[in-house]
Amino acid sequence: MVETYGLTRDQLLDIEYYLRLTRSLEERVVALFRQAKVIGGLYRSLGQEGESVAAAYALDYKQGDVVQPLIRNVGAILVAGAKPVDILRQYMAKGNSPTRGRELNIHFGNPQTDGFIGQISMLGDMIPVMAGITLAGRMQKKNLVGLAFIGDGGSSTGAFWEGMNFASVQRLPLVVIIEDNGYAYSTPTWKQSAARTLADKAYAFGCTGETVDGNDVLAVYDATKRAVERARSGGGVTLLEVKTFRMKGHAEHDNQAYVPKELIEQWREKDPVVRFERMLIENGFATQEDITAIEQRVKREIDIATDEADASPMPTPSDAALGLFDGDGYWNA
Amino acid sequence: MPETTYIEAITQAMAEEMARDERVFLIGEDVGVYGGAFKTSYGLIDKFGPERVIDTPISEIAIIGAASGAAIMGMRPIAEMQFIDFITCGYDMLVNFAAVNRYLFGRACPMVVRGPAGGGTHGGPYHSLNPEAMFMNRPGLKIVAPATAYDAKGLLKAAVRDDDPVLYIEHKYLYRRIKEDLPAEDYIVPLGKAAVRRKGKDLTIITWGAMLYVALDAANELAADGVDAEVIDLRSIIPFDEEAILESVAKTNRVIILHEAPLTGGAGAEFAARIAEKAFDYLDAPIKRVAALDVPTPYSPPLEAFALPDKAKVLKAARELLAY
Ligand SMILES: Cc1ncc(C[n+]2csc(CCOP(=O)(O)OP(=O)(O)O)c2C)c(N)n1
Repeated sequence: MVETYGLTRDQLLDIEYYLRLTRSLEERVVALFRQAKVIGGLYRSLGQEGESVAAAYALDYKQGDVVQPLIRNVGAILVAGAKPVDILRQYMAKGNSPTRGRELNIHFGNPQTDGFIGQISMLGDMIPVMAGITLAGRMQKKNLVGLAFIGDGGSSTGAFWEGMNFASVQRLPLVVIIEDNGYAYSTPTWKQSAARTLADKAYAFGCTGETVDGNDVLAVYDATKRAVERARSGGGVTLLEVKTFRMKGHAEHDNQAYVPKELIEQWREKDPVVRFERMLIENGFATQEDITAIEQRVKREIDIATDEADASPMPTPSDAALGLFDGDGYWNA
Repeated sequence: MPETTYIEAITQAMAEEMARDERVFLIGEDVGVYGGAFKTSYGLIDKFGPERVIDTPISEIAIIGAASGAAIMGMRPIAEMQFIDFITCGYDMLVNFAAVNRYLFGRACPMVVRGPAGGGTHGGPYHSLNPEAMFMNRPGLKIVAPATAYDAKGLLKAAVRDDDPVLYIEHKYLYRRIKEDLPAEDYIVPLGKAAVRRKGKDLTIITWGAMLYVALDAANELAADGVDAEVIDLRSIIPFDEEAILESVAKTNRVIILHEAPLTGGAGAEFAARIAEKAFDYLDAPIKRVAALDVPTPYSPPLEAFALPDKAKVLKAARELLAY
């Protein structure tokens, strides 16, 4: 019998739902992209749904926990409670998207109310911000934990180092997941850092470091859960490296010609969603019918969300002048 | 409060705001036990403890970033740059994160970034910065630069209470050189409002920060020649008091913009453009700008004095204007 780290059957099926929701939602965004309904770029998370969902599943949003995704962690914000229709509206630049058409894709969310905060584009910047969010949580006696994602590439920035260093000195309740997904745009991880593993960076900060198989949903859940408990009980920062692979190019325009074909084939064998489903069936947690039912439910939900997003209005052009500062009431309306 | 220096006014503002609102806290390098490189936060850690007066690593990205993160969680941080020059190390956090919270995401980010700015103290190129212009073109930040102890206190209190991020530029030349009696009761100086420091009818000098005193000196000397100069202390650079500027220009028809930062691309260029656009018909002479040379602020006193604006340069500009 497989070790499920305390996850009940219902929870395992819940995770399966989020895995499928993530993958199918993204496939839908691809379809919309091809119909030219997505205005901005499209960055796929194919192959990284497992770690995104599993890590976010280890948080307790009722306690005020906050997850900060990167572009490839749409699964994480779905777990935190983001609505597919909002994500689609963001991609389609609609006037009633959470950012009212001002920002792209999953760059949205209010840490006080949503359980997640989207990143800004400057890689690394969210680590100091998450340090501040968890610092505020501590000052406000909220006992919340922050979970931040950073890429192998993003972990080379100065902002990452400053944020990690400060958070570690302050022993803030922060878990940082470094996704080693092989490439940062076209740059392989070995050109990004000479460290033996990216988790080794933890030594410099004096925080806990660990490496885990990012395509093993249960292993990621377990490692994150332990890190979250450590954070919540005052044990400080954890830097958790997940080994995974970016199965698509950097964005839709990128055919990833620089990635050896064999490497992609090797990782295709390790697909985290297929692997999780195999585990569910082999251990009697689910039948193929259960999984098909989940897939059908996901499809229905996404169909409804797509119609709703598609029918949403574009923003009023002159609204571009509003809402820079408090006082014009734009955001209260 | 009798005879309060500019720097004491800043300390008082922080202490009073921290006492008034427990969401207010101070974060920066050496601000706690040491009381700040200039002693601006002297005594605050004793009153409010290390949880609210946070000594950080040397880490401007982390200071501004963590302050921003706390602000969007409902806190009201004051982030200190040990010298405002080092704000460039955290520039990205401020302009790309803090400043955009409301416009992009509808989130309030009530925070203040403050620190000692300005030259005239032989601090050399890395300890003399006047940073306003490099933030003016990044919408979402308010920018203030007090010139008096009264304003230093009142503007800082207003900045802390404001629901948007504010860059508070304090001039270190003024820290201990000026003092005045401050009201005992609580007061603020509203953001976005200029002050007319000297009324006049013959020409207008628009300035802010330590250059106010250069402008006033020049105005006094002009008065001896029978020229009556009006001096406007802008106080807030974003948002700025366009009405006060245009009103004065409409009255005097001649204007000098005086600032300590370099000329090219300086804040004065924006104000000059505004005047040209909106008050062109009132002008009897070209708009003059008096500013620093377009060089990094040099260290050696004779070089620094040559590079920065002074009374003689203002007088020269004024006489050219009057002779036009
Ligand atoms: C500071 C910064 N520099 C450059 C970029 C442009 N850029 C966007 S994504 C990317 C690669 C990111 O790689 P990684 O952090 O490993 O994340 P991944 O895309 O692999 O998920 C780059 C270089 C950026 N967004 N931010």
